[in-house]
Amino acid sequence: MNDHISLNHGNGGRQTHELIKKVFVKSFGMTEPLTDSAILEEPGKTFVFTTDSYVVDPIFFPGGNIGKLAVCGTVNDLAVSGALPKYLACSFIIEEGFPMDDLISVTKAMAEEALKAGVKIVTGDTKVVGKGKCDRLFITTSGTGIINKEKEHISTGRQVTSGDKLIINGSLGNHAIAVLGARNNLSFSTPVISDCASLNHLIAGVLEKCGEVHFMRDLTRGGLAGVLNELAEMTGTGISVNERSVPIDEPVRGVCEMLGFDPLYLANEGKVLIVAGKGSEEEILDIIRRDPLGVDSAIIGEITAENRGMVILNTTAGGKRIIDMPSGVQLPRIC
Amino acid sequence: MKYIDEYRDKELIMKLADRIASAVKRDYTFMEVCGGHTAAIHRFGIPSLLPENIRLISGPGCPVCVTDTGFIDKAIAYSQKEDVIITTFGDLIRVPGSASSLEKQKAAGADVRIIFSGLEALEIAKTNPRKKIIFLGIGFETTAPGTAVTIKQAEKENINNFFVLSAHKIMPPAMEEIVKGGTNLDGFICPGHVAAITGSSIFNFLPEKYNLGCVVTGFEPTDLLQSVLLLTEQANRNEPKVEIQYNRVVTVNGNIKAQRHLNDVFETCDAYWRGFGIIQSSGLTPGKNFERFNAEINMPVEAGKHDENEMCICGEILRGLKEPGECPLFADICTPENPVGACMVSGEGSCNTWYKYRRQDE
Repeated sequence: MNDHISLNHGNGGRQTHELIKKVFVKSFGMTEPLTDSAILEEPGKTFVFTTDSYVVDPIFFPGGNIGKLAVCGTVNDLAVSGALPKYLACSFIIEEGFPMDDLISVTKAMAEEALKAGVKIVTGDTKVVGKGKCDRLFITTSGTGIINKEKEHISTGRQVTSGDKLIINGSLGNHAIAVLGARNNLSFSTPVISDCASLNHLIAGVLEKCGEVHFMRDLTRGGLAGVLNELAEMTGTGISVNERSVPIDEPVRGVCEMLGFDPLYLANEGKVLIVAGKGSEEEILDIIRRDPLGVDSAIIGEITAENRGMVILNTTAGGKRIIDMPSGVQLPRIC
Repeated sequence: MKYIDEYRDKELIMKLADRIASAVKRDYTFMEVCGGHTAAIHRFGIPSLLPENIRLISGPGCPVCVTDTGFIDKAIAYSQKEDVIITTFGDLIRVPGSASSLEKQKAAGADVRIIFSGLEALEIAKTNPRKKIIFLGIGFETTAPGTAVTIKQAEKENINNFFVLSAHKIMPPAMEEIVKGGTNLDGFICPGHVAAITGSSIFNFLPEKYNLGCVVTGFEPTDLLQSVLLLTEQANRNEPKVEIQYNRVVTVNGNIKAQRHLNDVFETCDAYWRGFGIIQSSGLTPGKNFERFNAEINMPVEAGKHDENEMCICGEILRGLKEPGECPLFADICTPENPVGACMVSGEGSCNTWYKYRRQDE
């Protein structure tokens, strides 16, 4: 471990995992495997509980703002655990001098998104810190929901087995590129809009009709590559992905080609990976394609018995290579 | 996507792979000397499309990888000064110096900023008039013209707090060094972006003097395969020459305007290359008229002596003598998170690309 926290510890990849395991899990005595939400059993009901902080820069970006994101992100963490999201708590850390109008826009977006997702924001906290002590506005949301006991396996992936198919609900990288564009004032000839959205209705639609969902995870920091590597590590299976089947919007591909990013590693805020039991993939695809957030859904690969613990990409060129766990901060190439 | 999909056409790729398979008559070793090629070759899984008797090896094409530990140590020494802001392209901040890296110094409080263009460093200089802004100039003929333009702009705007610590290098002397050093090659996959600036003619000495084929190559899978085919055919006929495969970008004479900027600002100097040592006239440093922007002249620093890890074989890898898998440190002690040698740091370094894309072969 390093002597200081570096930006790499926040990338959602290998260093983040190391930090979580060596500092937090160790200090708090948490049980592994680590999932997006904790599952808490009380007599009669099982709850899920999760929390997430939002520090996106800039606060406003095409397709959303930090408030919308703070609701979607936590709703999605609950939903991918197989739960029905119910209540959110939110706390604000606000920098002195932050414009009131902006704060109102942010909270308005939160209220709208909560209404859309069918969750209630029930409690919160506000702190104001001196100028320069935080970067404008940070929001933490915690959420809770109810889970049916039969769905508890979804977040741990313990039913995942070779032959299962991988489904994602649309194109990758839009959030990361939209934020990058807004941050650096890049203008794209076709605008890139963040995919920031609450996925709980889409997911509930699948879970109501199909019992064959073996795993789900939202594809946030670290992107598809991060989630697939975690899954391979958690389950000890191999994973094979067909590059040609992975939907990526043209403008996102363009920016990636130009700046040297790999879209498989880019963050999304409205994308979920569903691992479907063999034979159920077409049914699930059919369900999610009818949802506006799943129109571009695709089967992108499968769980394999070979290459255990590894994610292998069948490239568009017909070759094969590894998709490694994200590491460090993705940086543009220099030559 | 236009200009991309045509060059990733699977049918065309398979046809090229078939033609290569039927062209091979013996063992061949071709070297690429551009980090972009190294990354593309592995990203597209090109080795899995080639017959076993064609070996592709990576030379010193990644500017980060060939950068001397002493350069990093010097940059770190500058970063410790109260009134200095270090500006750099991203990859460099993770390269280990003898005792630390710029990334670690940044986390510990040094003002190190990642920028996307030298001109951003000038903006930082203008908005921080009390600070000295040091731009770490790194890269080959591709990025050096950008630094040259930045220096000219600093002169034009009379910016007095902007300095360059230059590790810029030029490619032909290193290629010659590899050949003279005895690496057994049948030809070079020549760097497309370097040649876009310099023109393909800078490689003429290789067929003329050393009987080695050269194909200036693009960065898509069909580009790479077509070049392997052209090099194989050149070797079969024993008629080495410089061919331009990447003719949608590269000409014989190159980008004259960029060359003029380079020549105006820089002069060549002897430079230290990791894995090679000093190569004569292979580096670029601001010339007489632009000396006031040279960090080393205007604000000299002492950086401690350094030892490189004796087990690290980056040097042999950069000369094409060994492959990353042959290093005792590879993937166990030396990983992208804790790189021992520079080849593990950059996304275009041989060890990093092997680690990312080819560990299943180990």
